[in-house]
Amino acid sequence: MAIGRQPLRPAADVGLLQRPTWTEGLVSWLTTVDHKRLGLLYIWTSFMFMGFASIEAFLIRLQLAAPGNTLLSPDVYNQMFTMHGVTMVFLAIMPLGTGFANYFVPLMIGARDLAFPRLNAFGYWIYAAGGLFLYSSFLLGGAPDAGWFAYAPLTSLSNNPGNGTDFYMIGLLIGGIGTLVTAMNLIVTIFSMRAPGMTMMRLPVFVWMMLVTSFLIVFAFPPLTIALLQIIMDRTFGTLFYVPEAGGLPILWQHLFWIFGHPEVYIIILPAFGVISEVIPTFSRKPLFGYPVMILSGIFIGFMGFAVWSHHMFTTGLGPVANTAFSITSFVIGIPTGVKVFNWLGTMWGGAIRFTTSMYYAMAFLFNFVLGGITGIMLAMPPFDAQANSTYFVVAHFHYVMGGGALFAFFAGVYYWFPKFTGRMMNDRLGKVAFWFFFIGFNIIFMPQHFAGLMGMPRRIQTFEAGIGLELVNLISTAGTFVMLAGILLILANVIQGFRAPKTAGNDPWDARTLEWKTTSPPQHHNFDEQPIALDRDALWAEKYPEHAHPDDASAYEGMDFDQGGIHMPGQSWYPFAMAVGILVASYGILFHNFVLAAIMGVFVVVTTYGWAFEGVGGHHVHPNKTATEGAHD
Amino acid sequence: MASQAPAAPSAAPAHGWRSSKLPDIKLLMWIFLASDIMFFGTLIGTYLIYKGRSLTGPYPLDVLDIPLTTVSTFVLLMSSFLMVIALDALRKNKIQQFRLWTFGVVFFGAIFLGFQIYEFNHFVDLGLTLGGNLFGSTFYVLTGTHGVHVAIGILWLGSILVSSYIRPWTAKDEVYLEVAGLYWHFVDLVWIVIFTLVYLVDFV
Repeated sequence: MAIGRQPLRPAADVGLLQRPTWTEGLVSWLTTVDHKRLGLLYIWTSFMFMGFASIEAFLIRLQLAAPGNTLLSPDVYNQMFTMHGVTMVFLAIMPLGTGFANYFVPLMIGARDLAFPRLNAFGYWIYAAGGLFLYSSFLLGGAPDAGWFAYAPLTSLSNNPGNGTDFYMIGLLIGGIGTLVTAMNLIVTIFSMRAPGMTMMRLPVFVWMMLVTSFLIVFAFPPLTIALLQIIMDRTFGTLFYVPEAGGLPILWQHLFWIFGHPEVYIIILPAFGVISEVIPTFSRKPLFGYPVMILSGIFIGFMGFAVWSHHMFTTGLGPVANTAFSITSFVIGIPTGVKVFNWLGTMWGGAIRFTTSMYYAMAFLFNFVLGGITGIMLAMPPFDAQANSTYFVVAHFHYVMGGGALFAFFAGVYYWFPKFTGRMMNDRLGKVAFWFFFIGFNIIFMPQHFAGLMGMPRRIQTFEAGIGLELVNLISTAGTFVMLAGILLILANVIQGFRAPKTAGNDPWDARTLEWKTTSPPQHHNFDEQPIALDRDALWAEKYPEHAHPDDASAYEGMDFDQGGIHMPGQSWYPFAMAVGILVASYGILFHNFVLAAIMGVFVVVTTYGWAFEGVGGHHVHPNKTATEGAHD
Repeated sequence: MASQAPAAPSAAPAHGWRSSKLPDIKLLMWIFLASDIMFFGTLIGTYLIYKGRSLTGPYPLDVLDIPLTTVSTFVLLMSSFLMVIALDALRKNKIQQFRLWTFGVVFFGAIFLGFQIYEFNHFVDLGLTLGGNLFGSTFYVLTGTHGVHVAIGILWLGSILVSSYIRPWTAKDEVYLEVAGLYWHFVDLVWIVIFTLVYLVDFV
């Protein structure tokens, strides 16, 4: 309960496990509560899953290289496209945004850590447990194969007797717990831990977008969780939620899934918008154009994100009134998105642009995202959607927004923040070569898919017939994967080279605008020696160039001692990791109908909850400007 | 020095600056409850959508017993009342009263749960099962989820009660009781909605 910023109670000695004090090695990572370490864990884990998803995508494209190909059986093909989608959405792109948020939200708002460091650690471990659980399905009877949306009644026990679907349902359920608690943690952090002077309208745009994203998660994940629970109950305990023979309505699954699923699209893209809103101003050497409008657009997108879900269901027969209403809301949500694109262009206009690799990715994001946005507006028209639904046109559309949009934006973020993570500079020349392979490869893969879709090529089908005009587009698309693969390998080489480069980055290699560049690279454990003060929007820029900004008078804060008693460093803890392991094992118990194991692990989770609650405050204080330290250890 | 960090909660030895007057843990609970509204909203929505779609009985009018559930509802409501008094007592540092009323909340919650267990057993005897018809599936999952919430609340408040004997609770710990109280009131409030939409509406 107590984290150290609450009313403190005397540290209890009733804990089952001592708070570990390792600072290096495996145990230090398993028990860490440091937001920077957890951020890196998120980023590395999501890239690992992205690697798995890329292999699956590669196999899909190889299978579709020629008509009548038999490389993958229909069964394996179903598992591949399902796991590719599930992995990319839940295990790769979304946690990548969470990873950046973990690392940079506290730094950008001048805070020591997140509000609840142990809860943050639990969020990471339960996400990792969910991913591990999902991928263990390959070894334990076959992966999920009903698509990433797992439409009922494809998932019913009679239609899908293998346990792949159970892996999907339970895996997403436990992974979702991590997403939810981390979102709640970020909201509290952003409200309570902003630096002195950092009003809401001075928050960096990335932090603002993470705030909106976190609210979307808080409201969008429960419907998914309940829908997953209903299917688990159907398959495990014989309830009838999605059994048509008993009066169940499979369409309800679609509604619940997309009430979650469409906000999920914005949960992925809003952090990407945030990254772009940091990268473009820095490399244009101009403040973000129309900051308040950018913030309001983000909030408006967040609200409207809950009002467009049925545009995924135009062809399910909801009737002309519902289709018209959801068509209109889908057009409306395009407006704030368009506003953002023009504001980014307005930021670059007249700026002293530096064409770094990061800026290349940011501009490629604009190109790809606008293309994906235009096809999105097309698909928001029910008559056109009736033609293009479930074809490769839709596949091309969402790869342009999710891959070409979100992923390119996060790559811009990786190149932008790599010096902050490591203190080292990546090779810019190699980065640009890799960029061109990656960017051109991406477009060679997905541009032809628009045409394949308009020619009527359906999604999720293992092969296509010869002689109906689909050979060339598919061959081009598959050829593109090799170009993109070359890009990926060059990026890997670039990263490896970056890790071997000397530590020459310094605090602020890009002459950037926000507070994370005020501290060392990589940031020291306690982030800032002195509590930063935000005297203006773009706080660091205002501090460096007061003549260009109009910062507040610093004298209002003079003489204030913000770190009375030193900076409190939260102690490490075993409990988040132990609790995640308990939930993971209990999940296997439920999946294999071993309810004794599940119950034992349930009791174990309750025990870890008590251990966690009565662990006491722990930790120690650091005094960066004094020599003395106090507390349990240092 | 605490006076120089005006946003810090008064009882806290301020560890650094805070930009919100709300204690973190209280804000966290409010956000959790907002999320929990969506959990119950989805379950209640499912119940309402499937209302009247069961192909076989027993149907709601065959099993629901309004007088019985009215009593258990009243008990749960009174537990919320005791929750308020318990928090008030803790704030005034009246530790014995705080313990008494917290025990009252736990006791009344347990009575409610006992009613629910009796009700479930009784309904199964009448032929309403999880997999028997849609009413059974939606009813048990909705009210069962609520029951789990009540059980967690009992465990939580019971733990607070026990811990007050292990080490002294004083007025400066009130935020921990208040957060548990917020949760408890919310669970009560959800029951009012469930009682209205699942039980009462059919008898109008």
